[in-house]
Amino acid sequence: MTPIERTIRFRRYQDAAFQVLGASLTVVALLVLGALVLDLAKTGLGRLSWSFLTSFPSRKAEQAGIASAIVGSFYVMIVTAFTAIPLGVAAGMYLEEYSRRNWFTAIIEINIANLAGVPSIVYGLMALSLFVYTFGLGESILAGGLTLALLILPIVIVATREALRSIPLHIREAAYAMGATRWQVVRHHLLPYSTGGIATGVIIALSRAIGETAPLITIGALTFIAFLPPTPLTPRPEEDGGGLYGPFEWLDSGFTVLPIQMFNWVSRPGEAFLANAAAAGIVLIVATLGLNALAIVVRNRMRRRIRW
Amino acid sequence: MVTAGLGTMDRPGTPQIDVRESALREAWAAWPEVASGRHVPPPIKADVRSLSFWYGKVQAVKNVSIPIADRRVTALIGPSGCGKTTLLRCFNRMHDLYRNSRYEGQIVLHPSGTDIIDRRVNPIEMRMRIGMVFQKPNPFPKSIFENVAFGLRMKGVRGRSEIADRVEAAIKAAALWDEVSDRLRKPAYDLSGGQQQRLCIARALATEPEMVLFDEPTSALDPVATARIEELVQSLKERVTVLIVTHNMQQAGRVSDFTAFMYLGEMVEFDRTEKVFQNPGKQLTEQYISGRFG
Repeated sequence: MTPIERTIRFRRYQDAAFQVLGASLTVVALLVLGALVLDLAKTGLGRLSWSFLTSFPSRKAEQAGIASAIVGSFYVMIVTAFTAIPLGVAAGMYLEEYSRRNWFTAIIEINIANLAGVPSIVYGLMALSLFVYTFGLGESILAGGLTLALLILPIVIVATREALRSIPLHIREAAYAMGATRWQVVRHHLLPYSTGGIATGVIIALSRAIGETAPLITIGALTFIAFLPPTPLTPRPEEDGGGLYGPFEWLDSGFTVLPIQMFNWVSRPGEAFLANAAAAGIVLIVATLGLNALAIVVRNRMRRRIRW
Repeated sequence: MVTAGLGTMDRPGTPQIDVRESALREAWAAWPEVASGRHVPPPIKADVRSLSFWYGKVQAVKNVSIPIADRRVTALIGPSGCGKTTLLRCFNRMHDLYRNSRYEGQIVLHPSGTDIIDRRVNPIEMRMRIGMVFQKPNPFPKSIFENVAFGLRMKGVRGRSEIADRVEAAIKAAALWDEVSDRLRKPAYDLSGGQQQRLCIARALATEPEMVLFDEPTSALDPVATARIEELVQSLKERVTVLIVTHNMQQAGRVSDFTAFMYLGEMVEFDRTEKVFQNPGKQLTEQYISGRFG
């Protein structure tokens, strides 16, 4: 065997060894995940039924359900999305396209990077003092949604900036060379071309927010809610003054969310409540995976539509 | 005789006799048609006067003066890094998009007498009056129609039929109509590279600019597509003034009426293209033309 053949052979072994290592570690990771999901399914799948989804929590495990938690999660996500998307996209757009690089923007950028790493419970503490007490929002859907919005704001900002950065310079130059103002370039080119990337980032961020527990417990979200927030423009009970609920009255309502409901059940004694928690966990996982799948679909559609 | 823009200088103290007019006349003097008085030399469209440009501390254009003849093709040639593209991008103030750029001197656009690089002149106005075609075809990821309509919409043209008419006229002027008339709503990226570049030319023409800048427009194209673009550039001079940067000397010889040879940021020689290529006045030009460096 010539020296060249020997080194080629050695390098091929090297390559094969790394491939085996990588594949086996991937399998280990997937197996652990699979085992977790399987265990959850084994414990919880039996409890999953239509009545579980549509019942309120109860002291009797077999009558309890997650109706208020599902609706609460939904409303909180609406507040979070409507706050975090405009703020985050505008901030990302400003930092990427408008701001000059100086010490001020440098501080902002360092802060955003750091905010992404702050433990979520710290957000909860800050929200408790700011939203709940200082602004007097109470333990409401509005306060909860705003808290989670703050939590995912850095993710949305970073996603927006990444999406903008992926737009090639020559596209911007083409637009500017036509005599477009900066706003026209943003409005007619940058925003439409980055929508896919921004949407992907936003959805991933929301799927993180939907599973957050600690900050909402910190601001005092209740663990036992046996009512739904007032649906806008539906009749208000006579004893409560009658008429219709206002379009934004739900913002002020107390609430619980899926992970809090789970946490509450897990901390109770008894197999039956544990099964409830597992069933709620399945619903939560399905919601998260569903959002992630949506993000992938959005990204692929945008990739097909926009090329440079 | 040559009068365009004379007396419309916007700065006090500027001599009323345009020195660069004489440069253009000199370039023409050897042309028999002009010498015999049968042909009137073209007026000046843009007059580059002692232009210098800096990227931060690096001076990329050094005291360059060139007359750009009205509705003719002027080529900027020279080796890579000689400042020809930098000079071209001064005409539509593209450098303003980036920090640390600094101009000195003047580019007077006739007949309005606007000094393009004057700080008080809005770069957006200049970009609407002077179109640009880039090195790599860079259509927007929109439909063929929307690419050409963009400039019109930005200018505030509203009428649907007016936009449609002007889009059609621009695409025809860019010799692309026969190939795309049945698929105007299709994405521009479905076109071939040469078609995309002609689309970019149509996009630049749609707003009826006074001048169009070409920055090595064929360097990313195959020979057939290149030939079509060259043909197109020559036909354009009936309607607009063309300034083209090219590193392909044969191309400069084929498409341009005047040629400026630049080296290390300085303008070495400016003359009629025939003269530059057949009988260059400077040794450096001769060496570059004959391929001994660059």
